[in-house]
Amino acid sequence: MATRHSRSAARLMMAPAVILLLGWMLVPLTMTLWFSFRKYLPMRGGDLGGVGFDNYVRFVTSSAFWPSVQATLVIVGGVLAITVTFGVLLALLLDQPIWGQGIVRILVIAPFFVMPTVSALVWKNMFMDPVNGLLAHLWGFFGAEPVQWLSQAPLASIILIVAWQWLPFATLILLTAIQSLDSEQLEAAEMDGAPPLSRFGHIVLPHLGRAITVVVLIQTIFLLSIFAEIFVTTQGSFGTRTLTYLIYQRVLESQNVGLGSAGGIYAVILANIVAIFLMRIVGKNLDA
Amino acid sequence: MARAVSTRRKLIYTLAAWTAGLLIFFPILWTVLTSFKTEADAIADPPVFLFFDWTLENYAIVQERSDYMRFLWNSVIIAGGSTLLGVLIAVPAAWSMAFVPSRRTKDILLWMLSTKMLPAVGVLYPIYLIFIEMGLLDSRIGLTLVLMLINLPIIVWMLYTYFREIPAEILEAARMDGATLREEILYVLTPMAVPGIASTVLLNIILAWNEAFWTLNLTAAKAAPLTAFIASYSSPEGLFYAKLSAASTMAIAPILILGWFSQKQLVRGLTFGAVK
Amino acid sequence: MIRVVSTAMASALALAVSGAAFAEGHSKTLTIATVNNGDMIRMQGLTEDFTAKNPDIALEWVTLEENVLRQRVTQDISAKGGQFDVMTIGTYEVPIWGKNGWLVSLNDLPAEWDADDILPAIRGGLTVDGELYAAPFYGESSMVMYRKDLMEKAGMEMPDAPTWGDIAKAAEAMTDKDAEVYGICLRGKAGWGENMAFLTAMSNSFGAKWFDADWKPQFDGDAWKTTLTTYMDLMNNYGPPGASTNGFNENLSLFQQGKCGMWIDATVAASFVTNPKDSTVADKVGFALAPDNGLGKRGNWLWAWSLAIPAGTDAEDAAKKFIAWATSKEYTALVAEKEGWANVPPGTRSSLYENAEYQKVPFAEMTLNSINSADPTKPTVDDVPYTGVQFVAIPEFAGIATQVGQEFSAALAGQQSIDEALAKAQALTTEEMEAAGY
Repeated sequence: MATRHSRSAARLMMAPAVILLLGWMLVPLTMTLWFSFRKYLPMRGGDLGGVGFDNYVRFVTSSAFWPSVQATLVIVGGVLAITVTFGVLLALLLDQPIWGQGIVRILVIAPFFVMPTVSALVWKNMFMDPVNGLLAHLWGFFGAEPVQWLSQAPLASIILIVAWQWLPFATLILLTAIQSLDSEQLEAAEMDGAPPLSRFGHIVLPHLGRAITVVVLIQTIFLLSIFAEIFVTTQGSFGTRTLTYLIYQRVLESQNVGLGSAGGIYAVILANIVAIFLMRIVGKNLDA
Repeated sequence: MARAVSTRRKLIYTLAAWTAGLLIFFPILWTVLTSFKTEADAIADPPVFLFFDWTLENYAIVQERSDYMRFLWNSVIIAGGSTLLGVLIAVPAAWSMAFVPSRRTKDILLWMLSTKMLPAVGVLYPIYLIFIEMGLLDSRIGLTLVLMLINLPIIVWMLYTYFREIPAEILEAARMDGATLREEILYVLTPMAVPGIASTVLLNIILAWNEAFWTLNLTAAKAAPLTAFIASYSSPEGLFYAKLSAASTMAIAPILILGWFSQKQLVRGLTFGAVK
Repeated sequence: MIRVVSTAMASALALAVSGAAFAEGHSKTLTIATVNNGDMIRMQGLTEDFTAKNPDIALEWVTLEENVLRQRVTQDISAKGGQFDVMTIGTYEVPIWGKNGWLVSLNDLPAEWDADDILPAIRGGLTVDGELYAAPFYGESSMVMYRKDLMEKAGMEMPDAPTWGDIAKAAEAMTDKDAEVYGICLRGKAGWGENMAFLTAMSNSFGAKWFDADWKPQFDGDAWKTTLTTYMDLMNNYGPPGASTNGFNENLSLFQQGKCGMWIDATVAASFVTNPKDSTVADKVGFALAPDNGLGKRGNWLWAWSLAIPAGTDAEDAAKKFIAWATSKEYTALVAEKEGWANVPPGTRSSLYENAEYQKVPFAEMTLNSINSADPTKPTVDDVPYTGVQFVAIPEFAGIATQVGQEFSAALAGQQSIDEALAKAQALTTEEMEAAGY
């Protein structure tokens, strides 16, 4: 069907989106690349000349670098694990015949509409505060010592907050996928006497493969750059300094644009490694 | 479902589902409830649930301190404008990817998504300088453009997965009847894709509404949306849970209501072509 | 539904594109960036007085939480964004920005503004080479706020000028964890303006310093170790749970709820803890100077939230008019008339402390004494190459101190030992100072 005519028309129609995104990517990236080779200190007069790869070396050899990469991966991994696991469970549950399904679904998707800043503020102050937080009251009610969430279990707390925001997203996609599952196949398996767990493992889970891939891909894109949740809660203390947050500290708190830009380039590289890795899986899964 | 489900089983599922749903919703419910409490009730130990003196004073204080409507209006314009602009640019691109695919279509699509992985903090300084140069700081146009660019990959991808599900034969038939490309897109494709476009629009309004990095860093007074409104209520002096709750409720209520009313469209849009 | 959405969006876009459709009814609009502290919020409520006198000037407020505000104004001034006409900044930023030529000199404010009335310690902190670069809106030092009733119950008395030993004894006596009363509340939240402001000021009283004459970091010295050990002992034994995430606001709220026996923090907090509307212990609070250790320096800081004009603004004259109004004696009188003397912005003018009405305020004298006992030009026991009591007035300080603060905060949370925290602080400060070219 693709005639020569429609091919060139197609290219033309793709052009605005491609050009815009190319510009959006290349212009700041080129400037960042330029800054990353300069000693650029706005507080000390701005551009103080080229320094070769100094910024790159300094950024990587800084004691904060590897822990920050690790923190980034732990947060992304943790949130993905929680949202996918609980997303599947919730989706299975919501797929069952229940009274008031519509209302339950509304309740479940609500966190997705909450701004990250608001959700971080609410969790930090009203739930995780060790004196006035609701969780502290709950712990106290059972006679337990309140947990100091943000200092004793900082990464887990941030993962919890972020996972809460993204669980609805995962649940919804997975629920739609489950609903499209051929119920006759399941019934046949049930008749054959396959236990529920094996039915889940052999029929449901493979069917969900594509949906899980999409959940992982989209969430990773957003999770790699989470900022507000950390800025509001721990400000990078207690080992919650992600790569994004480290760059923020370099650029804005230390006002070292050169060093921060080098960090930015590293973040781009990390993101691309993750991206290539993801694309491999997704590419395969999306074609299927 | 062909199976007959015993009432007992249904009851168990219902209980489990409602427990899970309420648990997930609870933080929001608690925020809304707290916004109607006095500051003293907000930190009461043991916590008070429903039986407190309901008051609107927090909302009055928040409104007196900051002009809510202005922030709200900015949010509406920026989130709506960026989404609409994004859709206008994305529809043709998605059309050509879906109906005239080439070997590189998938690569382009994935490349577009990968631009979303640029760390915003890393490019804040360059973008800030560009905005100064173009006089776009603290302007709604500037923010609309940035948010459009940020969400464009998602929009293109969502539309692409929709368009792909539309049988090409229908378009071909239209072409046989002598429809031009423009007519084909406008009168044949678009109506069929309306549900898909609607859910794309909804999801992107939500994403744009909640974007908190650029909206905070590129605005001052004139273009500041609700994310900036919230930034003046996090940890002020003294007791602030009730006021914070009121401000939070005001910031999330419009989008929450929009989301609830349109959840059917939204759910369909969220599948990203993952489900046939 | 869909049609409604698209129509709404079309009109939204049209509006967005038409941009600044709002007609400029005034000849000048001032965009003022400010922090969400109580005194600033109160000023926003009173601006009618200003706009009535200056009908040709309109005010637009950008009120942000402290950390966000700092990030925004620093970004804007260093990139010369020109988004603000008046900025709320502190005694840390003023000398650095002033030296860079980024601020408009305020030496030519009208004579009735009376620059000589400003407290010398505060004025000195805002002046660079004879040019006043910011007008103080309120000034603060730090002092001990304590619960008189709890001290009485314990049969103790708080000296006006306590030592750290006195504080430890009092904390021990007042702590009653079963009743959720903690002997002492101190800042633990990481940040150069949070725990590091307190700890740096505290370290001065133990003879510690950030840098020696060659700008070599000094965290490997004994003085810092003693400081941190004393701090940890107090907090671990008598402090509230979760202290490592408590900043000024969290502690204020704890104290107002009656959960702290003592709180060493900003003098401005005195008016909040004695305000019966917000505080459950309003009539039970006593005040004392920040503790010392017999070395001649007290552990109190000096800070002034001040209004400054970024160079390059197109509304310089209007901005000056506004600043002269907001930091004037008349403004003080206006607040006193509407909200009472206890609520006027403190710590900037001698005339306020000479006012007989104001002297009746319970914390007035202690605030003035605290401010006067801080000396930013000679902050430490030994000589140092820098100025600033709870900070070091170099551009790199904020970044370094926040990271050091994170190490100390992690130590307070029990994630590492004092020695580990100090070693890391020493290493990262050395690293950063080298990167900055010292």
